[in-house]
Amino acid sequence: MIAHAIFFYVFSFITVISAVMVTVSKNTVHSVFFLILDFISISCLFIMIGAEFLGMIMLIVYVGAVAVLFLFVVMMLNVAHQKNTFFKSTHGSRHIPIGLLVSLIIFFELVIVVGGWKYKPDLINSISLEISEVSNTHSIGYVLYTDYIHLFQLSGMILLVAMIGAIILTYRKREGLKRQSYFSQISREKDDGVDLVDVEKNKGVKIDV
Amino acid sequence: MFEIGLGHYLTLGAVIFTIGVVGIFLNRKNIIVILMSIELILLSVNINLVSFSIFINDLSGQIFTLFILTVAAAEAAIGLAIIVVYYRNAGTIRVEEIDKLKG
Repeated sequence: MIAHAIFFYVFSFITVISAVMVTVSKNTVHSVFFLILDFISISCLFIMIGAEFLGMIMLIVYVGAVAVLFLFVVMMLNVAHQKNTFFKSTHGSRHIPIGLLVSLIIFFELVIVVGGWKYKPDLINSISLEISEVSNTHSIGYVLYTDYIHLFQLSGMILLVAMIGAIILTYRKREGLKRQSYFSQISREKDDGVDLVDVEKNKGVKIDV
Repeated sequence: MFEIGLGHYLTLGAVIFTIGVVGIFLNRKNIIVILMSIELILLSVNINLVSFSIFINDLSGQIFTLFILTVAAAEAAIGLAIIVVYYRNAGTIRVEEIDKLKG
């Protein structure tokens, strides 16, 4: 139990510190690195609490895809030299105290909710599938492919739409780039390309191009 | 103190959520950092869902976390694509200079 508590505090400390560093860090690349550290420590927390499958999926999706995407865009847009400065804006810095106030109010509301929260007595009995004998991945598979199959397919559609949207947004036609035109290639007839001429003796053929 | 319960995880989620909101409010330069703050907020929601799912012994929270993960990945891809297009058109992604809709 003590070891569990120690690991929880270590990982949550790393998580909070790196989340602060994501927003405060001056260099955008450093922000992305701290975001990766944040994802890794939160996935460690997930594995510790008993949700191994989600921890591994977090590692794969967030660290492997999303954070690399962020790094790629930061590298491509060359914004690493733009310093991320606070409280130095010449205009529009009036909203910063209001923003801080709103965030503090949100935090205290959340703390009040956490502090005054109790189990509803009959809530514990409403179990969709008990997490006991089979492993976490097995039980998620049992539920995901039966009860939630439509939502699962819909999330696949969301990914497809996101992929098509991202491709269409960033696609651009370039001038002076020769491309293969499949339609004109396939729709070409024999008469367009080949011309048969009768050649008279000792005259030759005059070719008009 | 040494008994890690649901409240500890919920408090961690609340702290990360607030850090994400503060990051959106305070950031004045780079719109990519705002996208990262949104990722932090979604992550705190995931922490809440997973901890409730474990402590109530109900798997629906983990399934929902899976779907939130999907939506977060799609949102990051689309947002970054929009940022790339905007940078190509306007030449900057500083938050202060994106004011075309100001009217």
